[in-house]
Amino acid sequence: MSARKIVITSGKGGVGKTTTTANLGAALAKRGKRVILVDADIGLRNLDLVLGLEKRIVFDLVEVAEGRCQLRQALIKDKRFENLSVLPAAQTRDKDAVTEAQFAAIVDQAAEIADYVLIDCPAGIEGGFRNAIAGANEGIIVTTPEVSAIRDADRVVGKLAEKNVPMRLVVNRLRPEMVRSGDMLSVDDVCEILAIELVGIVPDDEEVIDTTNRGEPIVLDETARLSAIYDKIARRLEGEVVAFTNFENQSFFGRLFGALKAG
Amino acid sequence: MIDFFKKLFGQSGSSATAKERLRLVLMTDHIALAPDMIEQMKRDLVDVISRYVEVDREKVEVNFEQEDRALAMLANIPIVAVNRPKGGDGEKTERTEQPEAVAKTEPPQEETPVATASPAVAAAPNVASPGAHAATNGNMAPPKRRRRKKSGGAVNPKPATAH
Amino acid sequence: MHVLRQTQDENQPQDAAAITGARNLGRAIVITSGKGGVGKTTTAANLGTALAQRGARVALVDADVGLRNLDIVLGLESRVKHHLLDVLDETVTLDDALVSDKHSDTLFLLAAAQTREKDEVDTDKMRALVQQLRERFDYVLIDCPAGIEMGFKNAIAGAEEAIVVCTPEVSAVRDVDRVVGLLGNRFKPQLVINRLRPQLVKKGKMLSVDDVNAILRLPLLGVIADEPEIIVTTNKGEPIALRKDGQTANAYHAIAARIAGEDVAAPTVELKKESFLDKLGAFFGGRRS
Repeated sequence: MSARKIVITSGKGGVGKTTTTANLGAALAKRGKRVILVDADIGLRNLDLVLGLEKRIVFDLVEVAEGRCQLRQALIKDKRFENLSVLPAAQTRDKDAVTEAQFAAIVDQAAEIADYVLIDCPAGIEGGFRNAIAGANEGIIVTTPEVSAIRDADRVVGKLAEKNVPMRLVVNRLRPEMVRSGDMLSVDDVCEILAIELVGIVPDDEEVIDTTNRGEPIVLDETARLSAIYDKIARRLEGEVVAFTNFENQSFFGRLFGALKAG
Repeated sequence: MIDFFKKLFGQSGSSATAKERLRLVLMTDHIALAPDMIEQMKRDLVDVISRYVEVDREKVEVNFEQEDRALAMLANIPIVAVNRPKGGDGEKTERTEQPEAVAKTEPPQEETPVATASPAVAAAPNVASPGAHAATNGNMAPPKRRRRKKSGGAVNPKPATAH
Repeated sequence: MHVLRQTQDENQPQDAAAITGARNLGRAIVITSGKGGVGKTTTAANLGTALAQRGARVALVDADVGLRNLDIVLGLESRVKHHLLDVLDETVTLDDALVSDKHSDTLFLLAAAQTREKDEVDTDKMRALVQQLRERFDYVLIDCPAGIEMGFKNAIAGAEEAIVVCTPEVSAVRDVDRVVGLLGNRFKPQLVINRLRPQLVKKGKMLSVDDVNAILRLPLLGVIADEPEIIVTTNKGEPIALRKDGQTANAYHAIAARIAGEDVAAPTVELKKESFLDKLGAFFGGRRS
């Protein structure tokens, strides 16, 4: 039975695609799924770095496409999570080093030995993006609650809809205090505008920077707040109905101090 | 001080502005991305108006204009003939040639952007004065998304209020 | 027939060349980064605003065809009638397409097309367009898209200088390094470090300015601290550099001054003392990020 092939995309850069791919992949692996992560950002790879696997790269996606090695040789098994492997991108090549057909073929190959193939999509809607979606039969759109990000996400939603790819939404880097003070769009606002099914709400968390520095996905730390959140997203992907945490809780005291502080 | 109370009671920060701007921008983006839909809408519009007056199909123009806070659709539909109001036998006997006139349409309120011409605008045998500019700052609802796809069976779960 | 349209006059930049005769060619600077989301567009908008406030004539070019955002950051999205590709395809003139900024008289925007693709831009035509803009403006700032594909290549066509924007995070630094490699020496790249969080640097959880400098070894143009207020200014479409005061506004003004050749003190970012209210707010669940 072939794997679910999910592209993690956004349009806008820097909203958390790679972080989401890494942590969601790890969360699924922790639940016993066989997961392969594919970095489609040829030339600007970062998935390896975020997972701390940069020193273990031997072969990359382009070499697999060119037939210079087998897929299994290029896959890096993550030692911290059973059943999690990563196919790194090439750093010194261009995105046109691989065609859409080649990319799709590699993803299909990976799908034969996994339950989930998560494809980390590059920013933008150019060739790299087209490659990344060529391999997928589902999409996760990542956006932050900010105007530019939502606008770009909307474009991407349109492109995926053209290809009839079912998709879901992750709202990333929510700042509940800013939502409360009316300075940031709420999750409801974002959902209303993009009109696709919500699968995750991830609050802004400065720990992510630190964990990325160390190459340790945050889900490694069971006590980390975001660890539970990525686990919830994994469960929802699996079909479980899991309640969304309401970060924007309308507590009066929260408002009071938000108002006083913001002046 | 007013700002303090606004923030305390959760009203109008910049997020309200952002939401509105984003809505308008996305409408404009969607329109630009769907020229076929616009063509179809134009045809439907002309079909409806043709039931009341005779129009010059070749010269129909439909444009979208954006002011700061609203998006409006403006249709320029040249009317070439208006039938006399029906007499005893209901037959068209004479026609009145009218100079080119402008039919203004109200922006549609529902999801589907097919304009419904308001009778007051199109049917009058007296030509609407070109100087009249119908206020068109009604909000145009976003075109129905052809692409609303739900996967996994769940129907748009809203964030639950329980913690 | 009444049509709501801005008259041509409002959009027409005065052609100084016609008045003063020969003028120096303006500077064409591309603002790039490799990694997305580090603040290129915000930097372009604010640097442009800051330079215009000093009296310079500035043209901002949004090269992010298909994913334009410079217009929305400037609050000009409802005024854009024509875009870059219209000009390159010669369906409209440059004058028709340039949008006058709401707040600064000498600032103009050439928006990207939203519904076209980046590979529809002809590199040679882009170069010629930038040249044309240089003849009429003191500064031509080109907002580069993320990545290193066709969009990037077209954005750098015609530029003579580069500002590279980087956040103090490993992925961003890595991407900048790659981009600088691709740019080569020709563009004399200078660095802006954006979204620094001094509290985190102090705790050893974020790369410091020195760390980033040591890796990238580029001339440092400016350092800007992470500022949630930026989100508010984007929501409203009012670049923060319009403000006379405040850490971020000052940082952009300093960058503009340096670009203009002034000798400004080395960029520093102050550590904001955590206020009692911040702590109390966090206690009651209004978590500061």
